[in-house]
Amino acid sequence: MRVFKDAGHLFRFAGLFLVAFLLFLLVRGRVVPKSFGEYGHYRGNAIRDIAALPVRFAGHQACATCHADVEEVKQKGKHAGVNCEACHGPLAKHTDDPGTLTPPKLDTAALCVRCHAASAARPRNFPQIAEDHFGGVACETCHQPHSPAVDAGGAQ
Amino acid sequence: MSGVEGYMYPNEITLYWSILIVLYPYITGLVAGAFILASLERIFHVEAVKPTYRLALLTALSFLLVAPLPLQFHLGHPERSFEMYFTPHDTSAMAMFGYVYLWYLMAVLVFEIWLDYRRDIVLRSQRRKGMLRWIYKIMTLGSSNISVRSLHIDERVGWVVTLIGIPSAFLLHGYVGFIFGSVKANPWWSSPMMPVVFIFSAMVSGIACVMVLYMAVTRLRRKTIDMQCVDTIARYLFYTFIIDFSLEMLDLAHRVYEADESFRSLDFMVHTKLFFSQIVLQIYVGTLVPLLLLAITQVTKLPEIVRKRLYAIAGGLTLIGIFAMRWNVVIGGQLFSKSFLGYTTYKMALATREGLLMSIALTLLPLGILWVLVKLLPPWPEENGTKAAGMSI
Repeated sequence: MRVFKDAGHLFRFAGLFLVAFLLFLLVRGRVVPKSFGEYGHYRGNAIRDIAALPVRFAGHQACATCHADVEEVKQKGKHAGVNCEACHGPLAKHTDDPGTLTPPKLDTAALCVRCHAASAARPRNFPQIAEDHFGGVACETCHQPHSPAVDAGGAQ
Repeated sequence: MSGVEGYMYPNEITLYWSILIVLYPYITGLVAGAFILASLERIFHVEAVKPTYRLALLTALSFLLVAPLPLQFHLGHPERSFEMYFTPHDTSAMAMFGYVYLWYLMAVLVFEIWLDYRRDIVLRSQRRKGMLRWIYKIMTLGSSNISVRSLHIDERVGWVVTLIGIPSAFLLHGYVGFIFGSVKANPWWSSPMMPVVFIFSAMVSGIACVMVLYMAVTRLRRKTIDMQCVDTIARYLFYTFIIDFSLEMLDLAHRVYEADESFRSLDFMVHTKLFFSQIVLQIYVGTLVPLLLLAITQVTKLPEIVRKRLYAIAGGLTLIGIFAMRWNVVIGGQLFSKSFLGYTTYKMALATREGLLMSIALTLLPLGILWVLVKLLPPWPEENGTKAAGMSI
């Protein structure tokens, strides 16, 4: 078979491709997690990993169980729909055993601007604070965070 | 806010696609264009361009090897790019591009270069000494058969590979245009014309690049420039450029006539923030001037030295113009707000992972690779295996 003899180098090049392809399959088999594609185009075990993570947020109702007085103030103000842990952070440990973790006192000057810093992208009727608003004075001096209208009274 | 005029949504203020993303379509365009020029000789039998055939292939390979690097540096975590190959998603244009890239690199360019150089490689593996001998031996893949019949088979197979390579080159660069053209939320990009314009601009830049490289390298080698070859390349550059310019003007005319809700905003941008890069650099300096220079060489009889200079200037300006086109597409598409009420500014960093110095390094890197390839596989007819008794490379 003269043709095969003179085309032998082409088979060698094709062999190179084949080796590369087999190597690709081998590496793919090693590096792609077994659970990939179980539910969709992602690692199936990711769902189980996430489900196994410890619960860090206690939820609004758990807070209200003990802090009914704060809850009552909050329900009357504009922050009625804001979850406690949105500002105070995840507190599942505190609700499990209040003695193990005491929520830290919040710096309202830094906290409030997370939502209320003036930005052209926010709706016009949403309360927004200009950078120089009362120059560094803590917001809670005038605004009680749980019911922030000025006439609702600040911290004093 | 500094650099922002009018109204911008918060996520529009900073440009996420930097100069590296400008470089990526520019480099792939040079690859596709250089390959199309090589195919002129192989498929369309334009014998005059034969002196640039191998140089065009090596240029295409050098730039293709560097093409993914701007993306890698832009994204960071280069190790994650392999996930695109291992678990590709069929709705991801980039994942499919990865396969197009691999196909073009291995099944087209490397294979064609190997077939074309095989005889030289075998001869060099027998005559060279030391380390180079082993490099050439590895490149022969263990076959030293360079009989007339085996070389004839190489020629036939090479022809088929080039034939497949032309649509592959179109696919490679058309795909880059496709990725931009399919971003339907961005009126600056979203156009079915985008892949076609990208292909033709790629051909223009690739042909100009090889023409300039051929003239520069021949001068450096103190050899005579084959004027019939350069004249022919310049003629094809002129024709391709006219088609490319017509397509871009057609796209522009369509946008002006359609005048959709984005038009006033985009028009304002072209006359302000993009004025220098689009009107001055891309259209006047990078398109009309080289077209005029090339037109002069086509309609008048000029002395050789004048033609050489005009070709060099036209080629250089063309490369600047096509780069400006990529810049205007990538950067321009991020300068305006989706609200059509504001504009932001691109502040290019200098010595960062995505800065100017990195871009210059990535632009020069293919030339370094080309230098190594040219040393290893000389593309000059007088240095091929048969005449290389002294084997001076």
